Amino acid sequence: MSTTNGRDARAERGPAGASARERRGAPQDGSAEMAMVARARPASYYGRAVLKPPVWGEDIAYYFFLGGLSAGASLLAVGADQTGRSALRRGGRLGALGSLGLGMFFLVKDLGRPERFHHMLRVAKLTSPMSVGTWILSAYGAACGMAAAAEVWPKRLAPRPAGRLLAATGRPAGLAAGLLAPVVAAYTAVLLADTAVPAWNAARRELPFVFTASAAASAGGLGMIVAPPSEAAPARRLAQYGAIVELAASRRLEARREVALEPYLFGNAGRLLNRASALTAAGVLGSMLAGRRSRVAAVASGAALLAGGMYERLGILRAGVASTTDPRYVNGG
Amino acid sequence: MRLAANSLSGPVEDVAGQAGHREHPPRMGFFTDTSVCIGCKACEVACKEWNEVPEDGLNLLGMSMDNTGSLGASSWRHVAFIEQPRRLARHDAGIAGLPVGPSGTEATAGIVESALRRAPRGGGELGTSPYEPGHVPAVPLADGPERTDFRWLMMSDVCKHCTHAACLDVCPTGALVRTEFGTVVVQQDICNGCGYCVSACPFGVIDRRPGDGRAHKCTLCYDRLRGGLEPACAKACPTSSIQYGELDALHERARGRLEALRASGVAEARLYGEDATDGVGGCGAFFLLLDEPAVYGLPSTPVVASRDLPAMWKAAGVAALGLLAAALSAFMEPRER
Repeated sequence: MSTTNGRDARAERGPAGASARERRGAPQDGSAEMAMVARARPASYYGRAVLKPPVWGEDIAYYFFLGGLSAGASLLAVGADQTGRSALRRGGRLGALGSLGLGMFFLVKDLGRPERFHHMLRVAKLTSPMSVGTWILSAYGAACGMAAAAEVWPKRLAPRPAGRLLAATGRPAGLAAGLLAPVVAAYTAVLLADTAVPAWNAARRELPFVFTASAAASAGGLGMIVAPPSEAAPARRLAQYGAIVELAASRRLEARREVALEPYLFGNAGRLLNRASALTAAGVLGSMLAGRRSRVAAVASGAALLAGGMYERLGILRAGVASTTDPRYVNGG
Repeated sequence: MRLAANSLSGPVEDVAGQAGHREHPPRMGFFTDTSVCIGCKACEVACKEWNEVPEDGLNLLGMSMDNTGSLGASSWRHVAFIEQPRRLARHDAGIAGLPVGPSGTEATAGIVESALRRAPRGGGELGTSPYEPGHVPAVPLADGPERTDFRWLMMSDVCKHCTHAACLDVCPTGALVRTEFGTVVVQQDICNGCGYCVSACPFGVIDRRPGDGRAHKCTLCYDRLRGGLEPACAKACPTSSIQYGELDALHERARGRLEALRASGVAEARLYGEDATDGVGGCGAFFLLLDEPAVYGLPSTPVVASRDLPAMWKAAGVAALGLLAAALSAFMEPRER
């Protein structure tokens, strides 16, 4: 695009000086090889962002984490229900409802007009992953709620009609929640990918796997915390599967060496994601080495997995924001 | 529900019809001819006045004559100023060879750029909320090469009212709608400020207004259109740089203007946003530019992300099935135990 039409180099570099780009552009952690080295400054309007930075704060990352955790916990609860693991079932169902509720709180809190959250329910739009997600969440939330209610209904009130209803519906409701859960864990990746944000859009093939795998790892961690080691073998296995896929998907993002994916590797987002990988790996290793024997080790490993999932979502959010503030990710250079 | 042809991307013959308007006026839009823009900002002022758009900060950015900075929730027209050390066609700026020193634009712009990146929203404040750049060191007008030719590019930017509007696609409340004129408008009584449109827009136009909490952008003066008037910015533009009308007629006029400019030696003139086969299916507000789009802060190849939505859901479906399979397999007891 340059020099072909005989313009002088200065005009090609756009209105602003090259200095700011070169000062700022190189990553601070010494991995400068991947970044641009004294390249001619690409055309931009005074180095300004082309896109608006996302208005979503950390609340949305909390929701992504808690929603995924809830989904994974529902799956564990279904399996536990079918295989007679009562502590894992109880912890899974209550954990699923609790994390969903907390997640919804953050989701609504992040709205510009929280009191209008129910406006999401006035339409159903296939072109909006957020609208699709709203309806899936509504159905999932109802199923989750019924399964958890069956869990906490007092024994002495069991003969009451409501108690009999809950006893009858607890298992099917849990199953329904389990069937919807994978979609709950995956749709948020589509929500992020379906934007103009370079880092999110460029990762559209990998993000769903990162999100479902992270949900599995987090829920595995929760299972190790709520159930005794004797019941928690499935939770340990789910965490292992999740961690392997999550780490593999992250590797693939790195291996693609695409400019729009750079924010996942460098800066604040890169640090958060490194921390996420380290915590996830530590959690899985801990569960494999000592999770079967020691409750303390199981709880510590589970906590590491949960923290890993949280940092994963925070890192992905930050990488997206970083990719909107530099015109290079939109117009190349 | 059946998806119509090109409902997510590609050319669309009748945008309002596709959105469900049965009988509707022709598609209306803007042709902004930047070659005659004089940077007076009457469009910015007229827009603010008519639409009661609140103040977005009265700070001086310390560079060029652009102190609006960007389109935003409270700036629905934005006039960009770009100084370049080159000649516009056969125009003689009259300073070549005179001892006027080099332009200070690049140096000051570099300082403001790095200051903006340190702002809480990384510069996203511009056009939406007050931004105080703090102390900007004076740039001495040092000796240097004599100033040669120069030209000013000025451009009044606005919402593109895309054929495939990403903001509208992703809006979960139905607050963003396609009007009978083919334009894209936020219904303020519906918007709950979810912010999805902000990240979806490939042009960085729409934003959420702090304090108000809702998303705002150009309405192409929907109320004026309903009353048979032209939008306030076009009405106020003293050089007809902003032209309002039926989109088809504007396209024809723009092509004529492009030919005339090229014939008079402005080889770099080009149209932006008029091509129905581009990533957003063409724009309802398109431009005649005198340099690459990126120089004006525009994306060189804007794409509506929903174009790839089916592929994204497919990937998510595979990932979801994978999670289900992983959970099932986690409960399979190893046989030997």
